Amino acid sequence: MSWVLENLDVIAGYTGAHLVQALPPILLAFALSLPLAKLANSRGWLRTGVTTTSGLMYAIPSLPLFVLLPGLIGTGVRSPLNIVIALTLYGLALMVPTASDGFRSVSRDVLGSATAQGYAPAARFWQVELPLAGPVLLGGVRVVAVSTISLVTVGGVLGVPSLGMLFVDGVRRGIVAEIAAGVVATAALALLTDALLVLLGRLLMPWHRGREGSRP
Amino acid sequence: MSIHSTRRHLLGALGAGGLALGAAACGSSDPFEEEGGSSGAAGSDGGGEAPAGTLAIGSQAYYSNEIIAELFAQVLEKAGFTVDRQYQIGQREVYMPELEAGSLDLLPEYLGNLLQHYESDAGSASPEEIRSSLEEALPEGLRVLSFAEASDQDSYTTTSDFASTHSLSAIGDLAGVEEDLKIAANSEFETRPYGPEGAKSVYDVDIAVVPVEDSGGPLTVQALLDGDVQLADIYSADPSIAENDLVVLEDPESMILPQNVVPVVSEKIDEQAAEAIEGVIAELSADDLVELNRQSVVDQASSADIATGWLTEKGLL
Amino acid sequence: MNENPFLGALEWLSDPARWTGPSGIPLRTAEHLGYTALGVLVAALIAVPVGLYVGHTGRFKGLAVGAAGVARALPTLGLVTLFALLVGIGLTAPLLSFVILAIPSLLAGAYSAVESADPATVDAARAQGMTEWQILTRVELPLGMPLLVGGVRGATVQVVATAMLAAYVGSGGLGRYIFQGLGSQDYPQMIAGSLLVIVLALVLDLALLLLQRATAPRGTAAA
Repeated sequence: MSWVLENLDVIAGYTGAHLVQALPPILLAFALSLPLAKLANSRGWLRTGVTTTSGLMYAIPSLPLFVLLPGLIGTGVRSPLNIVIALTLYGLALMVPTASDGFRSVSRDVLGSATAQGYAPAARFWQVELPLAGPVLLGGVRVVAVSTISLVTVGGVLGVPSLGMLFVDGVRRGIVAEIAAGVVATAALALLTDALLVLLGRLLMPWHRGREGSRP
Repeated sequence: MSIHSTRRHLLGALGAGGLALGAAACGSSDPFEEEGGSSGAAGSDGGGEAPAGTLAIGSQAYYSNEIIAELFAQVLEKAGFTVDRQYQIGQREVYMPELEAGSLDLLPEYLGNLLQHYESDAGSASPEEIRSSLEEALPEGLRVLSFAEASDQDSYTTTSDFASTHSLSAIGDLAGVEEDLKIAANSEFETRPYGPEGAKSVYDVDIAVVPVEDSGGPLTVQALLDGDVQLADIYSADPSIAENDLVVLEDPESMILPQNVVPVVSEKIDEQAAEAIEGVIAELSADDLVELNRQSVVDQASSADIATGWLTEKGLL
Repeated sequence: MNENPFLGALEWLSDPARWTGPSGIPLRTAEHLGYTALGVLVAALIAVPVGLYVGHTGRFKGLAVGAAGVARALPTLGLVTLFALLVGIGLTAPLLSFVILAIPSLLAGAYSAVESADPATVDAARAQGMTEWQILTRVELPLGMPLLVGGVRGATVQVVATAMLAAYVGSGGLGRYIFQGLGSQDYPQMIAGSLLVIVLALVLDLALLLLQRATAPRGTAAA
């Protein structure tokens, strides 16, 4: 325990670095999944393609992907950018099928009557379709957020600063408290982000009473 | 090159965002500016260019290496330099290019491993010979200073029980042991010249590697003490050797490369800076390094505190 | 890395010597499969009964969802290193971590399987005099089987992609190629190991998808 108290600055530093790598992929995966899901829903074969690609993506172990990405896109191995890009890909793999389901769950009739009421296509998307797909989207983002925050730790094996560094350093020095601190801090970060997302969902979608949205 | 520098700017911006977030999240001041933060929370900006006049000091993602880097950092600060600590960087494949590119100026290295990074077929030799080969092998703009007596090299280590039961004192004695021999080591040990192939060709000993990725740390030691393995690759400066009364088998054929501590530096390390670093190197004995490591592993002290204590004791601060 | 590491990986895989012996691909694949199966099985023994109970009775649902959420948030690398420091090298530490990794999907699969049964159907069964056990095993489970298998599928894919961590602390599996490649900068070997993991994950995913389809009761659509 004393290790934790004497190294709060280290833990705080890694927590900051952890967030820098975790937040962009969560936001990017959400933002990019909307147009991709709309695109996928516009063609049956595209939808099948998206589902298959997502399955493939999820089967790729993260550590090798973190190592290989620099060779493919020309970044430095230690660059957090690799982690951000890799995790955005994982996030999309989860989020695009979910968003696609979300948009499909909005009934044609509702969209039709919105058009009849004079909504322009853009306004119809933002004011009708997106809010109605909201609960499903929220469920997807929550899963993406938790899994992304947990996956960032894997970069620690490569020396990319994150809470994962506490695992690698802790196991070498044999300091149980150091690893435990890393596990607890990562989980706390994930659960806190999740709680914030639920709160955000309640604020943005007051009609939706935070039902469990995550899928098995 | 221009693509590279743009990327650095982007990363710099990303890093700065992180600092702001980190500070906001914990409500304290910028955690990365903390004087010599122990497990090196520095370097999160992914190797940004240090401002002119500042020396960027890196370390491997290895607590012992970070302590040595911190020794250099503190004597350089004493000598009036400004230093930028970028600790816990990870692998040689990552930081050597950064040294070559000038985004790092100083990093504690080990003779044999550094040479093998540039000449993978380099055989074993005396520390002096390796150092002179290194002078040839290092790319333009990089050089090594003197090496320390302190060394942190791979070893074939066993328990005192096992050694006395089979009357072992050198690696070659293992050839007489009847049972199947297993050695706990990082998985890359499998392909190193002093790994199973070397043991077979130099000493006619058959061993199988059990990979444990803690670089001879507590898991490796525990596996040895529990009898899961008969041998372990424990680095010679590891305090657990003395603590557990382990026996390091001798290597009369010098199969294992010497790994004396040696600073690798860029052109930004001028004579005055080199002198300060050499002052540390001259004092750093093998026993000293074991003791520094012990303070990190057993006392769980931070690298900054350990370094200050040792430098004060040696009259270097 | 002067040659393309991806081509190097294919070359690595096509070397017949890699396909035999104690560190050969078939044995490492079998180990990897074994760890995955064991992890998912142990997790299922814990999560499925709990999930069925929660789904059938509707009790402790908040607790189950919360526990699954916490388990999902735990970083597996941290668990593996933490358990390894506590119990030593070998299979125990990674296995414990895989069990924790697999539980959330299995739990969610099990309770949503039971919950998915139409309340009217369940009431009808009860009205016919079925015991609660009979309702669970003859009505709710058969109807929800695809969802339960879906949970197994999710857990299996997660564990198979993570089982490489067993090699971090002294066990075997395909992770051996990945860590050895990583440690000695033998990227072709590392990629080859990753490709094997990907293929294994896809094969398992497909097999369980087919099982999911096959378990869908006639007259209902697979979830």
